Amino acid sequence: MTEPILSFRNVTYTYPGTEEPALSDINLEVMPGEYVGIVGLNGAGKTTLGLCVNGVVPAMLGGTRTGEVVVSELDVDEYPVREMAKIVGMVFDNPEFQMSQITCAEEVALGLENAGVDVDTMTESVAQALELVGLGGFQERSPLGLSGGQQQRLAIAAVLAMKPQVLIMDEPTSNLDPTGKQEVFGLASTLNQDYGMTVIVIEHEVEVLADFADRIIVMDKGKVVMNDTPEKIFGQVDALNKLGLRVPEATELANILEKKGLWQGPKPIRTGEAVSRVTEMMGGA
Amino acid sequence: MASGKSKVTAPDRIETDLAIKVENAHYEYLAGNVVALSGVNLEVKRGELLGIIGQNGSGKTTLTKLLNRLLKPTSGNVYVNGLLTTNRSVQEMSAHIGYVFQNPNHQLFARTVKDELEFGPRNIGVDDSEIDVRVNDAIEFFGLESYIEEHPYRVSFPVRKLVGIASVLTMKPSIVILDEPSTGQDHQTTRVINSLMRRLAEDGTTVICVSHDMPLLADVVERVVVMRNTEVIADASPREVFADGDLMLTTNLQAPQITEISLATVTKRGGPIALTAQELADDIVRRVANRGTK
Repeated sequence: MTEPILSFRNVTYTYPGTEEPALSDINLEVMPGEYVGIVGLNGAGKTTLGLCVNGVVPAMLGGTRTGEVVVSELDVDEYPVREMAKIVGMVFDNPEFQMSQITCAEEVALGLENAGVDVDTMTESVAQALELVGLGGFQERSPLGLSGGQQQRLAIAAVLAMKPQVLIMDEPTSNLDPTGKQEVFGLASTLNQDYGMTVIVIEHEVEVLADFADRIIVMDKGKVVMNDTPEKIFGQVDALNKLGLRVPEATELANILEKKGLWQGPKPIRTGEAVSRVTEMMGGA
Repeated sequence: MASGKSKVTAPDRIETDLAIKVENAHYEYLAGNVVALSGVNLEVKRGELLGIIGQNGSGKTTLTKLLNRLLKPTSGNVYVNGLLTTNRSVQEMSAHIGYVFQNPNHQLFARTVKDELEFGPRNIGVDDSEIDVRVNDAIEFFGLESYIEEHPYRVSFPVRKLVGIASVLTMKPSIVILDEPSTGQDHQTTRVINSLMRRLAEDGTTVICVSHDMPLLADVVERVVVMRNTEVIADASPREVFADGDLMLTTNLQAPQITEISLATVTKRGGPIALTAQELADDIVRRVANRGTK
């Protein structure tokens, strides 16, 4: 049996100077190559959970964490954040904020430099990473001259240069336009499908998760309250609404029709499935 | 200044029922001669709820900055409540038009959330008892009770964003521009923003919402202006805009999922275009019932 690439065992965490735990008694496993979506209201603990994976919580942010976080068979507590960065790459919602270098090549090389990689390997890794995110030949360009979508892909390239096994994206497209959004989610999907990378995405837009994720984790007040396939999670429309969360509009439609006695069986989560069921319901073509 | 030539001919003030009238506005950023807006015409009635969509770089932000007078058109005229903006200061225009930035860090500066909410109305000379009424109303509407004594930068980003919106509303401007109000917000808060826009419009406020959040716009606004490559290329109801497949394709925008389902099912059979799941469900229920009786 394959070992999980990531596991949380009884993890509880409290930020410094606060009393309420931000995470309480989290138990969770992610298998290699999975694409997991995390949903929940602001303040539910989604970002904190992500920061536990690379050890930034608690190593850099302080506070008290109990329980165990194991990534790729390594206990996060026993390795410095810079070591964990080789295994777990994290991308945030504001790509501009992550840019600090004069050229794209330097931006991508930053992590490798910190890890003490030699120049030839670095040049090659940078070129590969840029190629992979569709920014091949951008080495000498300024990060600030790029579009939002390109900047976010550059941030992902910087993470990929470290050849991590897990990519965590925290609302990666909330500051991007629709084109940028397609670029970033398309890239994450390629990394997952073609390179077997484990992807964890924190995202409010449920239609996107319905398209890409294998599994959805629902968080509420620091706890994992649901954990299942997108079909099973989004199918529980009323339960999610009660938590203040939304389901894909396709699922919402089926839920209303179910209450009118017009829908039987599982509810669709994607456009195509809804279209064929509705067409059928109205009596064929 | 290049704007000089339009100042000569345009009247300083016009009699109009329109909240906004933009006549053939062009804008060029001086650095690099970048054209940001070319030949935009726009009329917005008082109390209208308008959405502006388009990719980044299409000219949306430049257009809204012409409205609140942060920018002057390179040529063409911009009237807000009948006043030619070019002849007026940003401060004077701020009494007419409130601008909520996408990033609240660009607009908040007071020591507490409460001070922030009081600052605007105090600055334009609203009396103390009226300020109290407005501030308390905003605190209640946005659920900010537990944050009023906090520093605006100590609260979480989503809450700070609500403070940014509330601090503009306490000035009670007759026109409000919201730039990406739902970005980074969860569904619960997006619903608060949704009902806020409705309430403002009901009170007669003109609301302009610049956003990539198509389901939000589909649900709330009456009219959508579509921008591409510095121009307004469409201006119609959300139903017409989201039903226009070619338009969505050329602008690389995506209609809400429910509209796509509607277009591929009931609309294809001559039915209406749905903007919400409830609308589409109601129509399907009617059709299935009619089929049963035939």
